[in-house]
Amino acid sequence: MSATNSPRGFLAKTISYKGGIGHWSWILHRLGGLGIAAFLILHILDIFMVGVSKEAFEALLFIYHAAIIRPFIWALLFGVFYHAFNGIRIIIQDFWPHMFKYQKQMATAVWIIVLVLVIPLIGIDIMNLLTHG
Amino acid sequence: MKVTVKIQRFNPEQDSAPYWKEYSIDAEPTDRVLDGLLHIKNTIDGTLTIRSSCAHGICGSDAMRINGVNRLACKSLFKDVGTTVTVEPIAGLPVIKDLVVDMEPFMEHYRAVLPFFINDDPAPQTERLQSHEDHQRFDESTKCILCACCTTSCPSFWANEDYLGPAAIVQAHRFIFDSRDHGTAQRLEILSDPDGVWRCRTIFNCTDACPREIKVTQVIGEVKKEILYSKL
Ligand code: FES
Repeated sequence: MSATNSPRGFLAKTISYKGGIGHWSWILHRLGGLGIAAFLILHILDIFMVGVSKEAFEALLFIYHAAIIRPFIWALLFGVFYHAFNGIRIIIQDFWPHMFKYQKQMATAVWIIVLVLVIPLIGIDIMNLLTHG
Repeated sequence: MKVTVKIQRFNPEQDSAPYWKEYSIDAEPTDRVLDGLLHIKNTIDGTLTIRSSCAHGICGSDAMRINGVNRLACKSLFKDVGTTVTVEPIAGLPVIKDLVVDMEPFMEHYRAVLPFFINDDPAPQTERLQSHEDHQRFDESTKCILCACCTTSCPSFWANEDYLGPAAIVQAHRFIFDSRDHGTAQRLEILSDPDGVWRCRTIFNCTDACPREIKVTQVIGEVKKEILYSKL
């Protein structure tokens, strides 16, 4: 019999399964969570540098200002908002199970809310980049 | 109509890894994928191994992943799945051969939730009557046919084969909310284990996959709430 649940097998199953909006929301929720965790580590490292020296702290600041890094910051922004609002959706569905029938509408609503919030924020950031460099 | 059926083949006694094989067949739009598979087995390639019994969506023996999602082959019509169909075994259970998986780990989880009536009161002269409202409380979960479509569509189960899985929780729900049953405390204890209901991440693949249209995620949610409130 073939082996089943190795980490690689898990990833292959997750990506190949053609689930509905719930499946993809879950994947995005997890990616958002990983992004937040990675950024948090970076942030802690960054703040820790203050204790080392002012120069060391400032040397790391390029991360937030370099234009090439900005798309990652936008992705993080999306990840934070998505993780938060999708988390609220899951809490609602866990505490009021009969809301299951609105699952697709609620998952779509999360997307709409997040995009309405994130697109203007990215727009403002791009404007700032263009005007102030 | 001409249909191309792409099947994932694997014989652990011969093959080092699963591989895909394509078959071209003639089928009516109203034929079921199961008809197509049996046609392939009976007339093109006798080495293909599948499992089916009732052919009417009752026994639950022909669950498989059709076009990437879990379905019963006997309830999937070609006019709905298209003229190019991919068929693979359900994921997360060991493949015995081709489309047949070993259901034992699944059944082990089923048995773990005590899926039988528990009531030590002396048996009454007549039936143990129940009101319509009391029955409605668990009517949804009586529809389960143990096909494993839900459990093997669940990423939490793929990640951890010890997770009891949606089907076992649905079966537990059937007894937990039965007003005549006295095993609720025991079952809630089993389900509040780290490998019980809390591994459910409210992903909804199970609800989408259930061929009996059971509101699986809702049923699991009700059990989660019952455990939570029984501890408060
Ligand atoms: S063969 Fe019995 S459910 Fe499909």
